[in-house]
Amino acid sequence: MSVTAEEAWVRQAKAQSALSKLFDWKPFLVFVCMLPAAGLLLVFLTYPLGLGIWLAFTDTTIGRSGRWVGLENFEFMLEDPIWWNAVFYSVFYTGVATVLKFGLGLWLALLLNNHLPFKSMLRAIILLPWIVPTVLTAVAFWWIYNPQFSIISWVFIELGLRETNIDFINTAWPARWSLIAANVWRGIPFVAISLLAGLQTISPSLYEAALLDGSTGWQRFRYITFPMLLPILAIVMTFSIIFTFTDFQLVYAITRGGPVNSTHLLATLAFQRGIPGGQLGEGAAIAVSMIPFLVFATLFSYFALARRKWQQGESND
Amino acid sequence: MSATTEAPQTNAASAQPEAMTWDSKSRRMVTIYVPLACFLIILLFPFYWMTITAFKPNAELYDYNTHNPFWITSPTLDHIRLLLFGTAYPRWLMTTMIVAVCATFLSLLASTLAAYAIQRLRYKGSQYVGLGIYLAYLVPPSILFIPLATMVFQLGLFDSPLALILVYPTFLIPFCTWLLIGYFKSIPFELEECALIDGATRLQILWQITLPLAVPGLISAGIFSFTLSWNEFIYALAFIQSSENKTVPVAILTELVTGDVYQWGALMAGSLLGSLPVAIFYSFFVDYYVSSLTGAVKE
Repeated sequence: MSVTAEEAWVRQAKAQSALSKLFDWKPFLVFVCMLPAAGLLLVFLTYPLGLGIWLAFTDTTIGRSGRWVGLENFEFMLEDPIWWNAVFYSVFYTGVATVLKFGLGLWLALLLNNHLPFKSMLRAIILLPWIVPTVLTAVAFWWIYNPQFSIISWVFIELGLRETNIDFINTAWPARWSLIAANVWRGIPFVAISLLAGLQTISPSLYEAALLDGSTGWQRFRYITFPMLLPILAIVMTFSIIFTFTDFQLVYAITRGGPVNSTHLLATLAFQRGIPGGQLGEGAAIAVSMIPFLVFATLFSYFALARRKWQQGESND
Repeated sequence: MSATTEAPQTNAASAQPEAMTWDSKSRRMVTIYVPLACFLIILLFPFYWMTITAFKPNAELYDYNTHNPFWITSPTLDHIRLLLFGTAYPRWLMTTMIVAVCATFLSLLASTLAAYAIQRLRYKGSQYVGLGIYLAYLVPPSILFIPLATMVFQLGLFDSPLALILVYPTFLIPFCTWLLIGYFKSIPFELEECALIDGATRLQILWQITLPLAVPGLISAGIFSFTLSWNEFIYALAFIQSSENKTVPVAILTELVTGDVYQWGALMAGSLLGSLPVAIFYSFFVDYYVSSLTGAVKE
């Protein structure tokens, strides 16, 4: 046995051609391994990010390369009530939806953290709204919010709680709340399942110790569950905030920014000005105006991560 | 404060064991099962409504007074027939499938190599590259689609599914790389050292030792990428113009919604059929999906 093994080893060593030697040379190997990922990301992510910022300072339209116009796009934007409205609604939408998503999501996670029958099946069902394409569920919500055939209106009228159909998406404020409801519906599963994973890492011995000390349920939540969950909560929240603030699909599918531009988010406004409207420069300026907010959220995430490592006593690798 | 008010109650309860068991049972019912049932009903209702609308004949669909809207009395396949034979729906499904599979494959390839290089080859500055990839995940498509549209146009890829295949990895690679770095971290380094001593080359180690051990991670990353590319909307909306090259989410919104009269039955049937492939795919690999979701968050 050992003889054959040795033979095989010797043959291998001889067969090392120049090519395989090259692939064993670490700098070359690193270069080859990083090439596809770095290439794709640099060409289709970093470059367009820079190009977008540059476009924001030009008057490019579809089919005509623009010239430098300085801050003109931004000056126009600041005087545009529709942009201010989009800023307001983006912040409002993100704020309200995040609070609701995390309140309800945490509640659902705490419910799921009990001993339940069919637990893994429950978890699988709960994630469904998150994995199904947003636009397709948005179409379902559009049908649920239909002014004439809304099922919610029908139920309310049947129960005798209302006389007329509920107006969901045809006036400004109801439309804003309806969109937030759809976003919360879609976001709860992600928050709940991520927080559930966090809850399951908390050691039961902490709760036992607290029980021996005579703590109440609220105290156990406030002084054990919540602080232990905080690091993961911070990260999930950063992701949630970033992707809610830059949301596009739901609003585009249900209201397209209407009625009378009242539900435009910055992303839908940028799309409307940029692609169908053809004003690429202006659209890019609106998209760029989202960046300060995203930088803020990213810094938040970075410091939350650093804090977590510090808590666990890991080295920063 | 609350401790002093709560404590006597628990003492009283433990004094009467029978009362406590009944009390805790009904209490458990009210505090756990009832809210959980409400959550389930609300989370699943849109799917139920989508399904039931897709099979309702128009007569029932628009008449709530004579037919109970929550049930179908005479189910029909008319909407699905209209969708499959009256529109280019099979074509859209095909395009979506091709784009999702190719984008997933491309990103898995790129991110496996990148994650291996960052986690195992450990070159100088690899941790900064890792951080950069994490930051790339935080760049949302909403701020990239306008410059990308001009780029796609200049490259002559406008209206081609190839543009989507090349662009989707920008949001898939950061996620997959991050996930796979975590998986590679969990594989003992000693295994690779043994292989090195036995004379294996670096690529042989990656192919024959590390990858087989990282299969669960690869499956998770693959499922996640597939569902993300299936669901993608804004790029597909901005880069594709002709009807036959559209992906399902875009086509449903732009091709089926025509004029003021909406074909609600067909729209719901389209949404249902467009959701099914991901839902089926997901149901086979739920555990991998959940582990990738939570793993990525915990990383």
